[in-house]
Amino acid sequence: MLLTIAKRLITVIPTLIGVVVVTFLLTRVLPGDPAVYFAGPAATPQSIAEIRKTLGLDRPLPDQFVRYVNDLAHGNFGNSLSTGQPVATEISSRLPASAELTIFGLLLSIAVAVPLGILAAVRQGSWIDHLCRMVATAGVSLPVFFTGLLLVYVFYFRLGWSPAPIGRLDAFATAPRDLTGFYLIDSLLTGDIATFRAAFGQLILPAFTLGIFSLAPIARMTRASMLAVLASDFVRTARASGLSSRTVILTYAFRNAMLPVVTTLGMVFSFLLGANVLVEKVFAWPGIGSYAVEALLQSDFAPVQGFVLTMAVLYVALNLIIDILYGVIDPRVRLEA
Amino acid sequence: MTDASTIVPPATDAQPKRPDDSIFRHARHIAAENPLTGLSFVLFAIIAFCALVGPYVVPFDPLASNTSETLQSPSLRHLFGTDLLGRDIFSRVIAATRLDFVIALASVALVFLIGGFAGIAAGYFGGWTDRIVGRISDTIMAFPLFVLAMGIVAALGNTVTNIVIATAIINFPLYVRVARAEANVRRNAGFVQAARLSGNGELRILLAHILPNIMPIMMVQVSLTMGYAILNAAGLSFIGLGVKPPTPEWGIMVAEGATNIISGEWWVAFFPGAALMIAVFCFNLLGDGLRDLVDPQRRT
Amino acid sequence: MKRRDFLKSVSGLAAGALAPTAPAIWSPAKADARSETLLMVTESGPNNLDIHGVGTNRPGYEVSWNCYDRLISHETKTLPDGTHSYDRDKFKPELAEDMNVGDMSVTFKLKKKAKFQDGTPVTANDVKWSLERAISVGGFPTVQMKAGSLVNKDQFVVVDDNTVRIDFVKKDRLTLPDLAVIVPGIYNSGLLKSKATEKDPWALDYTKSNTAGSGAYKVTNWKPGVEVVYERNDDWVGGKLPQLKKVIWRTIPSQGNRRALMERGDADISFDLSSKDTSEMKKENKLVIISNPIGNGMYSVELNVKNPPFDNEKVRKAVAYALPYQKIMDAAMFGLANPLFGGPSNNVTDIAWPAKTGYSADMAKAKALMAESGVSGIDTTISFDLGAGDICEPISILVQESLGEIGIKTTINKVPGANWRSEMAKKSMPLMVNFFSGWLDYPEYFFFWCYSGQNAVFNTPSYVNKDMDALIDGASAAAAVADKEKYETAVKGFISKAYDEVPRIPLFQPLLNVATQKNISGYVYWFHRQVDYRSLVKA
Repeated sequence: MLLTIAKRLITVIPTLIGVVVVTFLLTRVLPGDPAVYFAGPAATPQSIAEIRKTLGLDRPLPDQFVRYVNDLAHGNFGNSLSTGQPVATEISSRLPASAELTIFGLLLSIAVAVPLGILAAVRQGSWIDHLCRMVATAGVSLPVFFTGLLLVYVFYFRLGWSPAPIGRLDAFATAPRDLTGFYLIDSLLTGDIATFRAAFGQLILPAFTLGIFSLAPIARMTRASMLAVLASDFVRTARASGLSSRTVILTYAFRNAMLPVVTTLGMVFSFLLGANVLVEKVFAWPGIGSYAVEALLQSDFAPVQGFVLTMAVLYVALNLIIDILYGVIDPRVRLEA
Repeated sequence: MTDASTIVPPATDAQPKRPDDSIFRHARHIAAENPLTGLSFVLFAIIAFCALVGPYVVPFDPLASNTSETLQSPSLRHLFGTDLLGRDIFSRVIAATRLDFVIALASVALVFLIGGFAGIAAGYFGGWTDRIVGRISDTIMAFPLFVLAMGIVAALGNTVTNIVIATAIINFPLYVRVARAEANVRRNAGFVQAARLSGNGELRILLAHILPNIMPIMMVQVSLTMGYAILNAAGLSFIGLGVKPPTPEWGIMVAEGATNIISGEWWVAFFPGAALMIAVFCFNLLGDGLRDLVDPQRRT
Repeated sequence: MKRRDFLKSVSGLAAGALAPTAPAIWSPAKADARSETLLMVTESGPNNLDIHGVGTNRPGYEVSWNCYDRLISHETKTLPDGTHSYDRDKFKPELAEDMNVGDMSVTFKLKKKAKFQDGTPVTANDVKWSLERAISVGGFPTVQMKAGSLVNKDQFVVVDDNTVRIDFVKKDRLTLPDLAVIVPGIYNSGLLKSKATEKDPWALDYTKSNTAGSGAYKVTNWKPGVEVVYERNDDWVGGKLPQLKKVIWRTIPSQGNRRALMERGDADISFDLSSKDTSEMKKENKLVIISNPIGNGMYSVELNVKNPPFDNEKVRKAVAYALPYQKIMDAAMFGLANPLFGGPSNNVTDIAWPAKTGYSADMAKAKALMAESGVSGIDTTISFDLGAGDICEPISILVQESLGEIGIKTTINKVPGANWRSEMAKKSMPLMVNFFSGWLDYPEYFFFWCYSGQNAVFNTPSYVNKDMDALIDGASAAAAVADKEKYETAVKGFISKAYDEVPRIPLFQPLLNVATQKNISGYVYWFHRQVDYRSLVKA
């Protein structure tokens, strides 16, 4: 087991190096000159040149790259121009916000997509099957920001069912004590039910928007996996032995079908974490996605680099965990490896 | 012993079998069994038609502004209403079909060429080719894909070409993976060995033998990517990195109209949004249909 | 019935028993606090709480304005339409209780009870330190101080603990108004000196995220990109104590959502509305909509006169006649702007500023001028700041259309917000749709930045002309000695010259629009175009 992990980590390193290099180059190619930004309005060419020197931007690229890697090794992700804060602090404070939203959205999505997928598999070819496919595909066919704005319009503006799209908490509620950074968990841990409700209310609409987007891959994978399993020998045996339909489907087929779905979940999660950029913009969610977008549009290198690096590390770690989990759940995989 | 020459073959009414007969029949069978797939074929035809002919038959010039008719709700004169500058939305939606179709096709063609080729090379040759392609693919995958697309467009400038390039790059790993798996399976297949024996060079085998065999599987991926390319362009437009105004493109029209939802001018975003959704929906279903056509065992 | 009212009544009725079931935000304990708390929503927030900071953005100016005092401020006046504005010509004491203007200096006596928010008294030493800071930190603050001829440390003299004298290096009409702008705020020098380091002698790092002033408000919580929370300084002596105890400023990037929040009553003020929202919300009459023309400001089409094709005056004039001015006003501003076109002539007869040009949409004249110019086949770009895209995009599209008719092909180039400054600094954009407004509302100030030979970054056309410089300097000099006649001649001179040679084609003077709930009053328009919480009242 440890050997496999070690082997995997080794293959991961070139990937991470690649990510660091590509991000560095990409941000240096972005239009816009931080030196001019810093120098402020009515700056003279001299003051701009001075500031460029202070920022170290006048050095050749390889030089800058070395400095950058050196900083990284010391845990220094640099400072953001637009917010003026150290990037590492901002990312660590904003990551829980995005993670909470994404996990919640994923849970919602699973709650709908998995039963849908199972139903479609069990009733293959019927109208339910087609409906499932239509619903799942429809969810992924609209741009996510459009879905978000539409939901805000219907559920907040027209119906007033959902609270204002004003971020993680209403302006007048106070954040729970910072234990995990996840408002839902923290408020429960400190017994603050009022805040829990407030945070929960704010989460619903954006999580729903995200969830709609990830319905399709999860439903499809569940359906495909279930179909494969339902056609297998042991299920036939179970049916032949007279077990009730329900037991067969849920206890035997489902458990075995879940494995590929778990892998898909991992991919979907990391995809969502990067893709919720747009959702965060619409709902004023203070997550890393909106942070990175704002920074990118202002040619603010440091946050973009920090964001990409964080995401890459998370992605790699997540895939590793899933692979290990897979090995734990399914002995066949372990033996083969 | 009868003389072979005296045996007369029985007269037959059956027409000589044409090679493509079975494809059409197969296709019809698939379409009939799955009405959604049939629907998607029809929709695709409509979209292609609009893309080809659309800009020539629209009632108004998609670029002509008319400030005396701004933000009018749908009427007989303006079927889909007018936008902020008084332009006819119906004309713009139809005219946008071409651009979006082009974006989708171009992105897909590009990634198919690069990703497909890299993938089959990796799967066929293995060894270092495999490792290098694998590393590149993993590096791209490790990026939050949409942000990578944003970064590429921001760095290179927001033109249609760059949007196509960005979309192609972020889909590269997917194509590599599919192509590689397929090529890997076939690398020592009988027909490949036969080709080798007859003296075909490796490159020739790759292009003339393996590639055509994996085309069907890749086609499925292609139609899914087409839908994704359009959504990607829309997302970029929302951020401000999409196509340049006043070009009509569904994504940018939705992004511009999105702010009008609250003030009640729903039609500005609704119609382009519906067109976009129908197109992406159609491409996705098409992908499913093609998959059924090509390899029913892999249905999802 | 509004959700808020309904819930308020419910929670009021069922205070004890039902409180746990009512959503937290409407619990009765907080209902009182709400009447003294203001919730303001805008598109973006500050990146630095100190205007002296490096690269501080405009929202950051608002924090400095409300949390730091200045020696003097302006009185307010009521405009004919009932709204309030600062009074450019009337000063009032803020931190100083007395102002004595001499020939080449001005002396201020500080208010005796003035204290910083940490309790230390405000002394003349703090004033000197702060003003030195303003001229030393570089960047925008230093440049702004220079505009009022405040350039040397020696100009600031501590007479005694409570008295400060500022010596003039030359007579400049703009010195006094310059002391009332945001930049020369008074900082707690004792506190900041203790936070200073060798690398950071002015403690800019500390003031980036902490307020160290004597102003009416202090920042108690700042989450960059999310919100700023202010609390009132109950010991404020700079003026009448504000009614609002707490101000919460939230960043909501989506314009539609900000509007939804206002219309549902979940926010108190939405600042800097788009013209479209303004015109529609005015009609709906659910909220109070206040619009004020932005002083000394205009949107214009700017042409780079250094490079072809716009170095040719006839081409520029052709463009000036080709622009669809009224269409632009209607489409981009929904009519909510003051037109700066269609005046009687380019030679103006009074010094009112901004002034109308003599140009109007005349395609025939435009085509004739293009033919005369001898230039043809122009293919260029229209650039604008994406941050102002709301207004600039429709303008650009309409301009593109019209220029197409006189044979000028264009592509539209949207430049993301923070890159706009860099692009302007490069001075390579051939054609731009741009906005400029000067804090000090005098025409020579506008011309100093936009037309003078120093070729500042705001002089986007790169227009350098000795005669123009002479007129601008003449106007400043005349103003300094209060020579009305010379001043007016010079001003009329430079305005007419600018309109005749037209490196910059004025379009309109925009309005600054604010939406408030009906129970909010006291909004005052300020030259810095940010919100002053000190005058706001929530009923």
